[in-house]
Formats: sequence, structure tokens, C-alpha cells
Amino acid sequence: MAASSCRGVRSILWKYGSCGKNFCVSRSKTVPQLPVRHICVSSALWKKNLAAAGPQKFTLEFINKQVEEFEIGKRHLANMMGEDPETFTQEDIDRSIAYLFPSGLFEKRARPVMKHPEEIFPKQTAVQWDAEGRPFHFLFYTGQQSYYSLLHDVYEKILAMERHQDNMRNKGLFTSETKQILLTGSRWLLKEEIEEYLVENISDHDYMRMIQLMEKLLSMPYCSLEEEFILKFRKQLEVQSSKHEIPALQYDPQGVTFSVADGRRKTAKASITLRDSGSGNITINGRNYLHYFPLLQDREQLMFPLHFVGMLGRFDVEGSVEGSGHSAQAGALRLAISRALLSFVSEGEVEKMRQAGLLTADPRIKERKKPGQEGARKKFTWKKR
Amino acid sequence: NLRNLKRICNQEPTITKVQFVHLHIQSSGQQLEAVAVETASAEPNPLSVFRTSEQDPTYHSEGHSGQYYMLPPAHIQKLFPYGLPPRFQLQIKTFNEGCVMVRPPALELISYLKRADYSKPPLRYVLYGDIGTGKTMSLCHALHYCYTQGWLIVHIPDAHLWIKNCKELLPSSSRPSRFDQPIQASQWLKNFKITNERFLSKLKTTQRYVWTKRESTEKGQPLGELIDQGVNRMKSSSDVVGAVLRELKLQAGGTTEGEGAFKLAVAVDGVNALWGKTSLKKEDRTMPEELTLIHNLRKMMKNNWSGGAILTALSQTGSVFKPRSAYLPNELLGEEGFDSMEPFVPVSVSNYNEKEFESCYLYYLDRSWLQHPHSRSEEGKKELIFLCNKNPSILERLCAAL
Repeated sequence: MAASSCRGVRSILWKYGSCGKNFCVSRSKTVPQLPVRHICVSSALWKKNLAAAGPQKFTLEFINKQVEEFEIGKRHLANMMGEDPETFTQEDIDRSIAYLFPSGLFEKRARPVMKHPEEIFPKQTAVQWDAEGRPFHFLFYTGQQSYYSLLHDVYEKILAMERHQDNMRNKGLFTSETKQILLTGSRWLLKEEIEEYLVENISDHDYMRMIQLMEKLLSMPYCSLEEEFILKFRKQLEVQSSKHEIPALQYDPQGVTFSVADGRRKTAKASITLRDSGSGNITINGRNYLHYFPLLQDREQLMFPLHFVGMLGRFDVEGSVEGSGHSAQAGALRLAISRALLSFVSEGEVEKMRQAGLLTADPRIKERKKPGQEGARKKFTWKKR
Repeated sequence: NLRNLKRICNQEPTITKVQFVHLHIQSSGQQLEAVAVETASAEPNPLSVFRTSEQDPTYHSEGHSGQYYMLPPAHIQKLFPYGLPPRFQLQIKTFNEGCVMVRPPALELISYLKRADYSKPPLRYVLYGDIGTGKTMSLCHALHYCYTQGWLIVHIPDAHLWIKNCKELLPSSSRPSRFDQPIQASQWLKNFKITNERFLSKLKTTQRYVWTKRESTEKGQPLGELIDQGVNRMKSSSDVVGAVLRELKLQAGGTTEGEGAFKLAVAVDGVNALWGKTSLKKEDRTMPEELTLIHNLRKMMKNNWSGGAILTALSQTGSVFKPRSAYLPNELLGEEGFDSMEPFVPVSVSNYNEKEFESCYLYYLDRSWLQHPHSRSEEGKKELIFLCNKNPSILERLCAAL
């Protein structure tokens, strides 16, 4: 860095020097070719300090141009895949991109993606002041205009509701049993989701304040008038048990019902057939489960789902399992048995099984060994010097 | 919840007011009804469903199948000083009584013994089956029958003990290239003495045996002396064992002069050890080809004598170099063993059926061995059935002390 700057200085002096020479000597067209020192500096000098500049600003016309390009690109993609451009949905786009650019990366967010620019570019607020620099919104100088305006609106509604309540009381039509808003199965939006909605950063204290205000709104009678507004800030929770795929109940030639299911645990894969024959035999890989799992713990794992639903002696299990060790195989079989049981069991039982943890696949796998360490966590011997 | 299946050992209780859930078993193969019985009196119900008062194996029949009969303590001391499986011995100590279940394989064996013709060469019976199904116990039951009938018992509790883990291995004094196991031989001679005391004075040796330059046993000496010789002089104990077996072979059936014929029962548990490989090594790390004890036992297994029976049981648990899944005779005996044992009568032993499991469960309840209240319910019973798949030894371990 120092050397290059020296060189730079020298070159400047040289240039001045050369200029001076030119001035002294009469200007001739053929200027003697003076050697030019190329300034070689590291490229780090030319890089702008991006962090100091602040987040990137996308102009509106830029975003619009991106949207146009996306639409055109979508049509091209549809033509390439031989499908109808008019009815080409986002799922089709994802499928096509995954087909055309297969990626082996584990992180899903690092894979190539083609989405609408609105999802890719972060939302930014438009310019909030006019040509003379006067802000549009009256709460601009609070610094968090959308947040405070939201609070303002909510308080307006509270006041309006109180006035309505007074009116009803005056008319004599006041009743405290009004329609209540159904709040079960939904939750308040999280702080991150509120930030996304308002396109502003808010602190934890602000978020708490907002939720308290909404709760106050909810506590009043006649809150059903503002139901639509409130539900905008509540998110529906999905019913977890509806996500489980229940395997179909099939029938043997002899009329015995059976179902087939799979299970996995830590590289062990198991696949079983559960038959409703009335005996309690369990065969794994052709051998009796007493021989295959001499350890009591593994047999207890097999027993757990059947014991939980109370159908111990009823079913015949015929299973095949491979991979990993005995404990993982027992876990894989347990998951497979629980899944197969879903088709023999009622809805309430399914929910209970889910809460007991029988239907959750255990995500734990062997942790990767890192370079510079002995194992996944163990470090090499630490030497002080 | 699952962890609560462990039972705690308890001492002998006095049953004052016990509420059982008895499953009323009328006879084998009929339906079970649940009947709640309340015994208000201080004494326990003497004739519970799972017990029989018939203590003589001679009279056991299919009607008693699945029921427990008590081994008289005197018999246990005499007949089975080391003959019973170690876990069963623990159980006897805990429950203060030795109860054996009457099961079809043992009944079959006893019926064969009753009907056999003892003037012909002895029949060889081989009890085989999966691990922990009750082969040794059935053998002991049949042996008890022989004992009550007054037979002479030659019982080797586990032949595997003679081919592995021997501390001392001496080269034989009588023959080169053979090896002796003095400790095992003398131990066995002591047990033999305890079991067959009354025969020892009656039987006499038929030839002269020379042990060392100074010691010898003359012809016509009682067998007891021979045995004492072996017990006292450890060096020649293995040869003594060979001599004893030879004498018994010659004199069984009462063809020779002895007063009263006696029948000889040769019972070997873990008979597949005789033809398998040994894990013993000499000092310079080579395997001994012949062990005196094994050689003599093999001679005993041949049916070139008369007046007795050979009862054997296979065993995988103590065997060396055999896979755990092997349980059939040809797998465990090997080719050589199978050829030597042929022809034999195979008797298969399997896991408990419903009735036998019921019986065992009730017995444990009766002895207050199953402490957890959950085990008294139907649910608990189903759990037990599932976890042990009605295998006797696994059930016993499941209900065992911590």
C-alpha cells in the first residue's frame, strides 16, 4: 500500500514534471512519448465500503423491469418445457427449474430459484416526501410512521366502539352477550411478521404495546364489529394431525385386513405389514423378534405403539429392516408400526399418538466430523504453548 | 410407565387376605373364565389351579400338564447337588421351595422310559429346542423320575464345563497324548457319591486297576473305594472316572453277580460339547486332541451295553464356536456327533403355550414375585406375553430382581 502510494506520487510528480517540460519547450505536435508508469494498486482500494452505504435501494422502475422480465421468462420457460404459457403456475416453474438445473447442494435456499421479484427483493418503502421535502404522512417524524398510525387506528376503533356502546345504552338495547370472535386455532402474528407487514423495524417493547392494545379492543363488547380488522393480525394454526398420511387399509384374499407402512431412523429403513389376525406373532427379516432383538429395550420399543392403543395381542407384524444398528432398527420399526396402526385407529387416538411422539420421525443423525477437530465435537489436544 | 416393569424381590409373606383373579382352568384346551376369589382365611388356598400335590413323577400324566409340582427338599439335596440350572437354584433359595412345571416333553420322555425294554441296548433320547425353552428342566424332571424309581444316576450337569475354562490340564498318567482334568473329575466324583450313596457299597469292581507304582485297587472292592481313590488322589481322578463308567456299563442290567439288578441312567446336558471343538490349549499353545473325560463319556454314549437309558439335552448357551441361531440336532452335534448318536429319539421342547404361561404367571403371583400392581391386571399380563414371547427363561429374567 505504501509502496504503491509512493509510486503514485512519483508518477504524479513525473507527470507534472513532464507538463512543466512541455511548457518550457515549445509545443510541438509530436510530443515525445513519455513513459507512463502504470499505477498498480490492489483492488481492495477500489471496492466501496458496502456496509457503510446502507441497504441497497431498488428503484420502482427497476422493480417493474424485473417483473416484466420475470413474466417474459416464465413464458419462455413454459415454451421450453412444452406446456401452456397461460396456465403455468409457480409450482410448475419450481419443478422445471429443478429439472433444468439439478443441484446437489444440501441447503435448499442456495439452490437456483425463479420466483416473482416481489418475493425476492425485500419490500421497501416508497419515497415518503414530496418534491419540496414535505413528508406525506402526518406521523413521519415519529420515525416509525406505519407502526404509530396502526396504533392510532386501533385507538380510534376503541373510541368508536365506546361511543357505539353508549348509543346502545341510551337506546336501552345494550346486551353483554354479543357475538364473540372465535380466537381458538389462531395466534397473534409474531414480531417478525408484523415487521414484514409494516415494512419497518419495531422493538420488542413496541410489539408488546401493540398486542396489549389489540387485547383491549378484544375485551370490549361489540368487538365483533371489528372482526375483520382483528383477524388480519391473527394467523391460523394448522391442525397438525391432519398432516399425517394414513396408509390405506387393504384386504387379503382370506379377508384379513392389513396395512403396509415404512419407517426410518438414522440410516435404518424398515417396512412392515400389519395384519389383523388375532395372534401376537412378530417376524422380522424372517426371524422371530425374540431372536432378532435379544435386548429387552428393543422389544419394549416395538411394544410401545401397540401397548399405547391397547391392541397388544391382536396384530401380526411381518417386517423387514436393514441398515444401522439394533437400536436404530428398533426405532425405525416402531415408527413403521405406529404409521400402520393409523388406519386401524380412530381420529382422537391419532391425535393422542401424535402427542405421545409415536408419529414423529426422529431427526437426529450422526453429526459431521469437522476439519481441524478429532470428531464432531472432540478437539485435538490443547497445548498452551 | 414402561420402566415400571422391573420387579422387586420380596421375602416370604404371610398371606392373610389376598384377592386373586383366578382363571379357572377345567382341563387342557378348554375355555378360560375369569372368576374372582377372595380367601378370607389365614392359610393359602392349598390346591391352587397351577399346583398339583402329586410329588412322584411316576404318576404325572397329561392331566397335570402345566401344573407345578414340588421337588422334595431331600431329593434336591441328594440328586441335584449341582445338577439344576444356576438360576433355578437361586429361585429355590428365594421361594424356599423347588417347583417344577410338568410339561409335555418331560411327560413324553417319562412315558418312553416306562415302556422301554431294558434287556435291549439303551435308547438315546435327545432333548432339543430353542434357547431357554426348558430342555435342562425337562431333563431334571425325567431324572427325578429315574431317581424315585431307584435307578443309578450318572449325571453330567454341563458337558461344556469340561471343554472350556479348565484351570489345570495335566498330561495323562496312563496314556500319552491324552490330557486329564483333575479338578473337574474329582468334583464330579464327589457329586456322584452324594447321589448314589446306596449303590456304592453294593457294587464291586470286576478287575484290578493300577494307578501308580504303589497304589492299585483290587478286583472285588466296593465301588465306594474306587471313588474315594479318585477324590483323594487328584492326579488319577480322570482315570478313576473312566474306570467307574466302565464298571457301571458292565454291571448295569444285573447280568453279573451283584445283588439286585439296577438300571443305569446316563444324563448328559450339553451333549454337543462331546463332539465339538475345545477351547483348551496346552502350554505351548496347541489344542489337545483327546481329553480323558471326553473320551470316556463318548464311550458311554455308545449303546453297546444294556439295562438303562441315555438321556441327553443339547445346549447352545455354553457351546463354543457355535452360532446363536443353531438349535437343531444336526447343527449343534455336528456330523461326527450326529453319526455317533444315531439312532436317537429326538424330543422337541418349545416355548410355553397359553395354559403353561398362565400357570407360570399364577405361580409368580402366588409367590408374590410380581410386585407391581399393574402386573396383576390383564394389561400387564399382555405386556409380559409380548416382551418374552412366552419363552420360559426370558420370562424369568423379565420378572427377576434388579
